[in-house]
Amino acid sequence: MKLNGAQILVNSLKSEGVKYIFGYPGGAVLHIYDALNACDEIEHILVRHEQGAAHAADGYTRASGKCGVTLVTSGPGITNAITGIATAYMDSIPMIIISGQVPSALIGNDAFQEVDAVGITRSCVKHNFLIKNINQIVNTIKKAFHIATTGRPGPVLIDIPKDITIATVEPKPYPNSVKMRSYQVPSRADSAKINAAADLISLAKCPIVYSGGGCIIGNADQELRAFTRQLGFPITQTLMGLGAYPATDKQSLGMLGMHGTYEANMAMHDADCVIAAGVRFDDRVTANVDKFCPNAKIIHIDIDPSSISKNVAVDIAIVGDVKLVLSDLIVKMKTKFIQDISLWWSQIDQWRSVNSLAYKTKLGVIKPQTVIETLYEVTKGNAIVTSDVGQHQMWAAQYYQFDEPRRWINSGGLGTMGFGLPAAMGAKLAKPELNVACVTGEGSIQMMTQELSTMLQYATPVKIVNLNNGYLGMVRQWQEFFYEKRYSMSYMDALPNFVKLAESYGHIGIKVEKEQDLKPALIEAFKQKDRTVFLDILIDPTENVFPMIPAGAGHHEMLLAGRDEMASMNDDGLNLV
Amino acid sequence: MRYIISILLENEAGALSRVAGLFSARGFNIESLTVVATNDSTLSRMTIVTIADDGIIEKIVKQLNKLIDVIKVTDLTATEYIERELLLVKVNVNQQTQIDIDKQIDAFSCKLIDVSEDIYTIELAGKSKKINDFLANLDASKILDVSRTGVTGICMKNRNLTKGV
Ligand SMILES: Cc1ncc(C[n+]2csc(CCOP(=O)(O)OP(=O)(O)O)c2C)c(N)n1
Ligand SMILES: [Mg+2]
Repeated sequence: MKLNGAQILVNSLKSEGVKYIFGYPGGAVLHIYDALNACDEIEHILVRHEQGAAHAADGYTRASGKCGVTLVTSGPGITNAITGIATAYMDSIPMIIISGQVPSALIGNDAFQEVDAVGITRSCVKHNFLIKNINQIVNTIKKAFHIATTGRPGPVLIDIPKDITIATVEPKPYPNSVKMRSYQVPSRADSAKINAAADLISLAKCPIVYSGGGCIIGNADQELRAFTRQLGFPITQTLMGLGAYPATDKQSLGMLGMHGTYEANMAMHDADCVIAAGVRFDDRVTANVDKFCPNAKIIHIDIDPSSISKNVAVDIAIVGDVKLVLSDLIVKMKTKFIQDISLWWSQIDQWRSVNSLAYKTKLGVIKPQTVIETLYEVTKGNAIVTSDVGQHQMWAAQYYQFDEPRRWINSGGLGTMGFGLPAAMGAKLAKPELNVACVTGEGSIQMMTQELSTMLQYATPVKIVNLNNGYLGMVRQWQEFFYEKRYSMSYMDALPNFVKLAESYGHIGIKVEKEQDLKPALIEAFKQKDRTVFLDILIDPTENVFPMIPAGAGHHEMLLAGRDEMASMNDDGLNLV
Repeated sequence: MRYIISILLENEAGALSRVAGLFSARGFNIESLTVVATNDSTLSRMTIVTIADDGIIEKIVKQLNKLIDVIKVTDLTATEYIERELLLVKVNVNQQTQIDIDKQIDAFSCKLIDVSEDIYTIELAGKSKKINDFLANLDASKILDVSRTGVTGICMKNRNLTKGV
């Protein structure tokens, strides 16, 4: 029996084991929606904005490890999705985006709702395809999933003109595998490199493991734990890597970088051997690269050769799957002596005793740090926490102790406000058994509030923890420190009544103004198992994120709360974002 | 330094724009770019000349390798190689200038491929330097039109890009 292109497409997605599609219909994809309507195996989640679809698919992927799928129509459908695609791309998150296109014969004619989807997404996808022939559908989808999920993962777009979804053909079986002469995935590393790294590690007197998002995307958390524990080395994790190694473990120094802990950054600065696993030496992490790890030999493990020596020149580059490389190193290190590093640990303990995450409480005001600590307590550290972008994101990363991978979901690379809520919805669909909290700010949440409606429709109960400071707080903080308190456009006037807003979407809204109400409100929110609860928490509007490395400074030049209330920045720093 | 990079890639629509887009997005410069299918119509070979320092060239090669359509990338300038470029140029000739132009054509072993009224169409193949020198030796006010292909190149001896792909 002949099938049309839309049916072949939907069947291919079924063969890939797709359970959810996050999307929004329109003219160019009507045939695909018709085919989806007849398909019981895939549930379509109708978002309220295509950006939300991409973020939700992304959140689903990050929580589950499975490749999320987004479906949008041509023209404004795909342009609305771009921010979500770029967000996934920057964090190396696998995702398939299917976009409708105007009929082949009209391409290039400025047809209604025509946009060059392949051209416009080129710089924010790992790869993209324009399907030109109905016979290409199955192979293209197979290739797209293969490319998206292997190597350094990333979003892949498939643009499909409407006529191809309508044409019919005798279907071919869905292929089990694809071979592409132009795309090979590195896996096991060169054993000479493993040996060289092992030699370096065995000489280290002040070693540190610096791990990142690659250990989560690459499912290398168990290997990372085994490796770090076997050696007894301190470990620091990037914003994207939190949870791969348990935050509550004594070898963990917490996060490094701009808002990392004092001990993590000082240890990076003084280390003589840095084992960088699944990281990309991002500028938020390295601080001033000229002052980065001045005394260290650096071993860099990454699956993407183009990440190696991109920002920081390294001594030993190991290109490979971080899971396999770490297992090889575990085996190799069993045959090696390592140095006594007890002096190094006592130095680290001194830095730790500075207690750089300590903060002053004020009577009558709710401190954002307390909110996150209470959230941690109430959820027993087991929730999935998504976040938006701003101060609240940093507080969530600093004060929620992630002990498991795929529990902390945030837009680290692109820093996309609006990511948190739809990502939480996707995460809840991926892990219905876990509590999901979305830590957000009154600025960020307003970029995606419409998804509250989707969350009611598909019953994805999420607890929204709105750290309401009435400011675009992160902007305000920079203006306070570096622009002599000229608060240009960082004040959010005319905020909505978030409680009523939540209620009008059919959810529960709770406003928290007093510290004594905080914990009961959180407890109550999580008791409401099947409901989305919006907690609008009025926090200290003047609180800043500390500790901090101002742009242009080195790891050892951190500003500490209480000690350096006012930060300053040199002219080089002001050039940076 | 001047580098010549040879790229073997799938002959697919959009492959060229991926490469060109990569250069502009990452701020790499392109002095010249040529691309055409090889004897295998599914394969294109592209030659790019770029001026960069050592660190940058390494990044360019890595980023090119990352493109899904790219099969092989070689920095020709790091091998023993041959480079050639083709020039077509039209010049105005009159009785006073003809002797001098003929002399240049001989000196550079150009081909005179069309003569019409007072216009010569001249072809010259060679290294870019030779083409630059030839053009510099012509009287600029007599040059009517210039078209250069940009550089193409190949490794010498038994180093091959397209064999066995
Ligand atoms: C889409 C987008 N626009 C602008 C920014 C720049 N930006 C970063 S943080 C921030 C303020 C966020 O305010 P809010 O959500 O209230 O969080 P807070 O910092 O107050 O916790 C802004 C505007 C961004 N990251 N994303
Ligand atoms: Mg705010």
